[in-house]
Amino acid sequence: MKYTAQDFKSNQEVRWCPGCGDHAVLAAIHRALPTVCEQRGYSKERLVFISGIGCSSRLPYYMNTFGFHSIHGRATAISTGVKVANPELSVWQACGDGDALAIGGNHFIHAIRRNIDINIILFNNQIYGLTKGQYSPTSKLGQITKTSPYGTVENPFTPGSLVLGARGTFFARSLDSELALNQEIFIAAAAHDGCSVCEMLTNCVIFNDGAHSTISDREYRADRTIVLRHGEPMVFGKDKDKGLILEHGKLKVVKIGENGITVDKLLVHDAHAEDPAIQNQLINMKYPDFPVALGVIRQVNEPTYDDRVRDQLLQVKEASKITCMDELLRSGATWTVE
Amino acid sequence: MQLTGTLFADASALYGNEISTFPDYPAEIRAPHGTVSGVSGFQVHIGSGEINTPGDFCDVLVAMNPAALRANAKWAKPTATVIIDTDTFDEALIQRAGYATLDPIAELRLEDRNIIYSPITTLTKESLKDSGMDQKAIVRCKNMFTLGMCFYMFNRPLEYTYAYLEKKFKKKPALIEPNKKVLFDGYNYASNIQAIPNTYTVKPAKQEKGVYRNISGNQATAWGLIAASEKSGRPLFCGSYPITPATAILEELAIHKNLGVKTLQAEDEIAGICTAIGAAYAGNFAVTTTSGPGLSLKSEALGLAMITELPLVLVDVQRSGPSTGIPTKTEQTDLAQALYGRNGECPIAVIAAHSPSHCFDAAFYAGKYAMEHMMPVILLTEGFLGNGSEPWKIPSMKDYPAINPPIIDKVEGAFQPFARDPETFARKWAFPGKAGLEHRVGGLEKNTAGVISSDPENHAKMVAERAEKVARLANYLPEQKVIGPEEADVLLVGWGGTFGHLYTALHELQDEGKSVALCHFDFINPLPKNTADIFARYKKIIVCELNSGQFADYLRAKLPQFSYLQYNKVQGQPFIVKEIVDAVNAIL
Repeated sequence: MKYTAQDFKSNQEVRWCPGCGDHAVLAAIHRALPTVCEQRGYSKERLVFISGIGCSSRLPYYMNTFGFHSIHGRATAISTGVKVANPELSVWQACGDGDALAIGGNHFIHAIRRNIDINIILFNNQIYGLTKGQYSPTSKLGQITKTSPYGTVENPFTPGSLVLGARGTFFARSLDSELALNQEIFIAAAAHDGCSVCEMLTNCVIFNDGAHSTISDREYRADRTIVLRHGEPMVFGKDKDKGLILEHGKLKVVKIGENGITVDKLLVHDAHAEDPAIQNQLINMKYPDFPVALGVIRQVNEPTYDDRVRDQLLQVKEASKITCMDELLRSGATWTVE
Repeated sequence: MQLTGTLFADASALYGNEISTFPDYPAEIRAPHGTVSGVSGFQVHIGSGEINTPGDFCDVLVAMNPAALRANAKWAKPTATVIIDTDTFDEALIQRAGYATLDPIAELRLEDRNIIYSPITTLTKESLKDSGMDQKAIVRCKNMFTLGMCFYMFNRPLEYTYAYLEKKFKKKPALIEPNKKVLFDGYNYASNIQAIPNTYTVKPAKQEKGVYRNISGNQATAWGLIAASEKSGRPLFCGSYPITPATAILEELAIHKNLGVKTLQAEDEIAGICTAIGAAYAGNFAVTTTSGPGLSLKSEALGLAMITELPLVLVDVQRSGPSTGIPTKTEQTDLAQALYGRNGECPIAVIAAHSPSHCFDAAFYAGKYAMEHMMPVILLTEGFLGNGSEPWKIPSMKDYPAINPPIIDKVEGAFQPFARDPETFARKWAFPGKAGLEHRVGGLEKNTAGVISSDPENHAKMVAERAEKVARLANYLPEQKVIGPEEADVLLVGWGGTFGHLYTALHELQDEGKSVALCHFDFINPLPKNTADIFARYKKIIVCELNSGQFADYLRAKLPQFSYLQYNKVQGQPFIVKEIVDAVNAIL
């Protein structure tokens, strides 16, 4: 069945603040899903959107699909249960940086470790928005918030590194306003069999406005970010004149045309590399020394948890002589009282 | 081995248990080691009541080698705990003991016993490696190690035995500390592996004809859940986290993938229940199992299951609390939390099992009510029941009722997720994958149409309807029964795993000519509809429970027209029949 973005919009009013980055991410989801459904052969009722608590977790109400707005931090556990219960479903999860990485950090890493086939969209605005402006596990060191009036004294997580550390098979990163790239990422996440984490750097206009503006402002964006695509050389810059090379095992920014650098000397992105060493360096690139990496940074194929659960059920069923409760009740050591 | 038995008997006698012992010496003084005729055994019978015989069949069998097991397996009750020194169960010793196969447990049909496999010889050697004793003397101390294990399992204090060892080895003081150490290490080892004896000892009256098997409470719980899955046609999903003493339910369920059972060992208790809630939303019969502090961890998610009106069975195998408490010991102290322990107005149906085999029915009906009434149900069992086992007349599934969850496949017009059945107040169960039934659920208050609502009137209506749904379950419960006379001076009231003791106490009191009856509750919230009619027929009501009065307080709130006397015990131990009899006599 052919769908349009309109088919995925619910009739509920979207209640995010005007200018919130979540609007653009929602629009990219609405626009990506017709392609996802077409490519994967899904009908709309097979899609389930699950969320925790926080601004971004309102998302299921804005989807005309099955949805579950659960409790703070637990979306990943709910998603896991939905997928294991019915592996035919396409399970999507919306969660925030506080939701998934603070209170829900345990479920987040374990879902990734198990490689359960769910698509996690991590809205990272580096702040607690719904509780009105406290620092989160991704807030910058020293950031002044309502609960850190003198600046935070703790280091933030880099979500991509956390994903790699948990044996993640898919990680992508983007900015909220990258509509086209984000559709591309969601389509790739849906195509990936396994746990996909898509980090969206979103802007909270009220409590953390401009958190990502040093890289996201239109004026500098092309020079301060790099969009990675598997198999393509790592070129960036407004004039496509900069690139990345690997020198002594470390990434280095170079100018094309200087010191004998040509495009074919640049590093070619290998999202499928099982060894995550270079991917981890890409994930940790920070402005101003490096451009911030966007796009699908890692995508490797490994068996999924849900497939293994299904396979084991079938194997045990085939090998077993007991096929129903009455047979189980009468199995093993029994005796008769006359 | 003779010394070990004597020490256990002595410690028990000093502890206040009545005791009789029957040393079973080998015919030869130095019988060949490892052969069946060379087994030295010592039988101890401890109990709180009058003991007249050493007990022909034993509750705990300690087998230091394959020959000892072979010689004594026949004395192990169907419900026995068997402690085995795995270091001695090698091919050579198994063969020397005259087994036909290399699997003594299967050969002796002991599979259903509570078997504790322990490398006792290795642990004893490790315990005493710095003692200065020679290897032979060290190995001889393994009996003392095992004794330490038994002391832990049966709550015997070590002090009497320490004193005994000091006296016995007065002339060989070098032996005092090693013996104390190995005893202490055995005690701690049993504590570390949370060794629990089979606890259920109350025998049923004369057994009816039929085919029987032995079943523990945790196994029966698992099987009852599988039975509910089969009857409902909904695949069973259990999301759970290991915790003593509930773990055995997850372990048992994990075996039965052949019956479509999915088990997910979650990263924590919260993920256990949350994966189950996700599975319930997706149309599985969802279960989570826990004990003690696990119930606390699950309480927020229980509220989510309640407000989203999804079927879920939470099994709480109660243990001694609060906090970590005494994990291996039994109590009924989670009742108040089961009834009230959530934020907001969040009544949840609560059912209790009253014996190991009754866990099967209790779990089956917990599943039936959860699915048919679209709500979470808490099933309370107890460590005493979960680890206890008893002979059980095997039922047939045809004798169990159908389970018909209100599944909806399609709808005319817009789907109203919280539209209710006029009788049960249950909403419809609409799984993802069903076209036209797309809807959203969640922890935020909704209206009938499933739209978020903070409207005051709507909230009041939804709170009342959710409570009414739980209350209306009473219309589907069997009538509460009374054992004993319809009218009497005293009505003993109990719930859950105290049934065996209360039942036995009832009969002892009746034998004494007392006017007593017993009303034992399996259904706690809601209470059976005829509860007040029953209470009205008795002069005095004594609520007996293994807590400080949680059920009594609940009854005072629900049925304030009656006055309730209490008999309580919070020692991590089951009742003793005599103490109930004495308590009732003191009141009469």
